[in-house]
Amino acid sequence: MSTESPAAVEETPAAQQPAFSAGIPGLAGIPVTLQRGQEVLYPDLGAYVDAVTSCKDAGFITCADLTAVDYLRHLDRALPAGVVAERFELVVVLLSHEHGRRLRLRVQVSEQEPVCPSLFTIYPGTENMEREVYDMFGIRFSGHPDLTRILMPEDWEGHPLRKDYGVGRVPVQFKDAPGPR
Amino acid sequence: MSDHDDRDEFDAPAPRPIEAADERSGVFGDASDRGPGLLVEETDEGAQELSPLEATDPIQLLIEQGAVLRLPESAGVDIAEAEAEDRFGEGETMIINLGPQHPSTHGVLRVMLELQGETVLRSKPVIGYLHTGMEKQAEELTYVQGATNVTRMDYLSPLNNELVWSLAVEELLGVEIPPRATWIRMLMSELNRISSHVMWAATNGIDLASTTMMIFGFRERDMILSFFEKTTGLRMNTNYIRPGGVAADLPDGWEDDVSAIVDTINFRLGDYDELLTGQPIFRERTEGVGVISPELALAMSATGPILRACGVPWDLRRAMPYLAYDQVEFDVIVGTVGDTFDRYAVRMNEVRESLRIVRQIVEKMPAGDYRVQDKKVTPPPRARIDESMEALIHHFKLFTRGFEVPAGEVYTAIESPRGELGCYLVSDGGAKPYRMHVRGPSFVNLQSVPALLRGGLIADAIAVLSSVDPVLGEVDR
Repeated sequence: MSTESPAAVEETPAAQQPAFSAGIPGLAGIPVTLQRGQEVLYPDLGAYVDAVTSCKDAGFITCADLTAVDYLRHLDRALPAGVVAERFELVVVLLSHEHGRRLRLRVQVSEQEPVCPSLFTIYPGTENMEREVYDMFGIRFSGHPDLTRILMPEDWEGHPLRKDYGVGRVPVQFKDAPGPR
Repeated sequence: MSDHDDRDEFDAPAPRPIEAADERSGVFGDASDRGPGLLVEETDEGAQELSPLEATDPIQLLIEQGAVLRLPESAGVDIAEAEAEDRFGEGETMIINLGPQHPSTHGVLRVMLELQGETVLRSKPVIGYLHTGMEKQAEELTYVQGATNVTRMDYLSPLNNELVWSLAVEELLGVEIPPRATWIRMLMSELNRISSHVMWAATNGIDLASTTMMIFGFRERDMILSFFEKTTGLRMNTNYIRPGGVAADLPDGWEDDVSAIVDTINFRLGDYDELLTGQPIFRERTEGVGVISPELALAMSATGPILRACGVPWDLRRAMPYLAYDQVEFDVIVGTVGDTFDRYAVRMNEVRESLRIVRQIVEKMPAGDYRVQDKKVTPPPRARIDESMEALIHHFKLFTRGFEVPAGEVYTAIESPRGELGCYLVSDGGAKPYRMHVRGPSFVNLQSVPALLRGGLIADAIAVLSSVDPVLGEVDR
């Protein structure tokens, strides 16, 4: 599959230096873009764990960050060819100490079935991060040992970082309010 | 298991090694490489597969360490009832809460500990008591206002928060900041690292019952905060480093102030050594306590002094230089054992390295602008507003609507005093970020706590928790 397409988000000239991930076996066929010097892979949900495992075997031994974005207002955003935009996007940043590089994976997760495989068995350090994503976006991770709310109270309803979740407000009294007496 | 079929053969001559461990190449590599082989004895019952602790499946080990330990706060142990039933007898375990209201948890961290006697079996940090929804809030604030939001996350190193935010916004904007702004940012960031580390030494001291250290640490930190106040107008949450540069130039005579800080702290670090480093009680309490292996630390995504204390020379200032860190000389400090003392030593020596960097910055500080001269990004000087309608419009637009940032995503990371501080910023072309995520080093490092506490004493748990240096404002955001 071609790595660049007119629909890609970024200016990805064909003449740019070959992507680092092109040298990693097991990542063939996954669309790649270069955004501001950072390499981004777009595996689909089925190939997600395999792609991460391939990266780990290639030296990306730490998962630096795992988060999600709710693209509710940008369902028609531009993505590389072959990637179907979904409401949620899981963003995983892998780090290779050996090569001194990062790789970013953006995985589309559908609104109807927000379930992803957990990376806990590959990177135990994603435990907190996946719980945070579950708490904030309601994306469930199958295989996670303790998928519970982490920042919000246990009996909280809703997932605050979703775009259809309003921002709480407290009315501000600017003038002197009449006292209780 | 290869040898099960011959368990009836009584005349098996010698214990044979079983290759089970070789198949267990989990997250930390091959367990049999490090530990002794399996404790296999050929008995009349066949091979007894008793594995040493090192051979436990790492995932299983993490789960045993408490990744699934959960108990609602309401389900506490009724001490009177438990005593009546004599449930604390031999062989019984007890779950207690350390925190969230405990002075040595550095805020509102709650750690559930499963104890057998005084030994910690499993533990689990429970967080969220300080959650203030800063990532949601960031979506409602413009890029100009954003710095005031992020600076409140890690309240011990506010300038580093502002720095990572500004770098992310500038990366999306595509602006190049002037060299003086870069060097001012480096100066402030390093001073902040020193103040954060001496503050940590202070709280670590009080956790280990050294009140003197606490007074010392706060005294040194106050010198730096006074310089921040002189430069930025505020001691904490300064909103000084902003997208486009810094808020104000350094005050007159800043070289003298900084040199005085550097000389004083450099001299006083000797006092710390006398008070703590060479002191037998302190060493007894920290050496060999809370050890973590580099493999485990890497698997748990730990960064900063925790990772460096176990010997991994990973410092983003060196590995992926930002600002002008490739133009100054400094050493990356690493430990050897990965215990609490190494984490102490790494931080104290990092203070020395930061002093070294600050000295070089004082020498090399370039002249020029302290912020980019782009009217769309930085406000005009106050005097221009009175003369120029255009300047007034720019000023008004900037502070009411803010500037628009081209669509795109970026992940930026810097080395904060606690580790990799990352910012993932998504812009949809508007004046407010579509999504802002901060990768807080404390949040991630807290995952290592169960591994550090396991098998230790509850008295050591205080020292170990302190050595992780969590800042709860950043953990919960």
